[in-house]
Amino acid sequence: MYEQIAFYLFSVLTIGLFLVTVLSKNILYAMTSLAAGMVLISGFFFLLEADFLGVVQLIVYVGAVMALYAFAMMFFDATRDIKEKTTNDALVFFLGGMVALVLVLIFLAPVFSENIQAMYPSVEGVGNAQAVGMVLFTKYLVPFEVAALMLLVAMIAGIILAGKKMDHSLTTNDDKVISQEDTK
Amino acid sequence: MIGLSHYLILSGLLFAIGLVGVIRRRNLLMLFFATEIMLNAANIAFAAASYYYNDLTGQMFAFFIIAVAASEVAVGLGLLIVLYKKFGTLDLDDLASMKG
Repeated sequence: MYEQIAFYLFSVLTIGLFLVTVLSKNILYAMTSLAAGMVLISGFFFLLEADFLGVVQLIVYVGAVMALYAFAMMFFDATRDIKEKTTNDALVFFLGGMVALVLVLIFLAPVFSENIQAMYPSVEGVGNAQAVGMVLFTKYLVPFEVAALMLLVAMIAGIILAGKKMDHSLTTNDDKVISQEDTK
Repeated sequence: MIGLSHYLILSGLLFAIGLVGVIRRRNLLMLFFATEIMLNAANIAFAAASYYYNDLTGQMFAFFIIAVAASEVAVGLGLLIVLYKKFGTLDLDDLASMKG
């Protein structure tokens, strides 16, 4: 009973908050509603007994990714409403809904056919974090290490792109050099 | 009783919202937000499949999706900052520099 109440409450709130994110003209409103929606999505994970995933969602998405967006917004003009060219909203909603429907049907066909089985069944008597650790460090060790390498590459790329010579622009100087060479 | 199909319908709805955002938005930062919504919708579907099939593989994929999303945001925001320094705007219509 509580599960049903929680599911429908979280669903309505998440859909509403994400609609605000998609339709709002103000970047600050969009970002705060996105962060709130992420918190509610971690609520779904707790409902699904994926405790560790819920905690990771809270720490990584709500904590790190949103803080990164908030810092990046200091470079942009966040208080002004963004002006976007108006498109045909009915057509956009129709196309988006149809494409999402087709994708969902494609990816769910194997789920609803009865021939999938649990490859790594949950171990009885241990918590979710322990079970996740057992599977992650045995069956998924190589993807885990590759993900670590990818995060390192992403960190270096972020530092190089955003952090280097922050006091003056990286790219306009290159343009100046190029235009000087053109005039010679 | 809440079944797997409830969660999958919810995930499909959220994915549709994200896709509408991707089609509709002209601002690059807003496009990033819409992408995050789509990734989260996929995460819900994976966690639900993991729970109802009693299998941890779905949660593993959700973890890797979170890692991919984190690195995507780090690199993408760096690129956005460079773009903003160069053009002074993040609007896709103003950023179109190829004439064709």
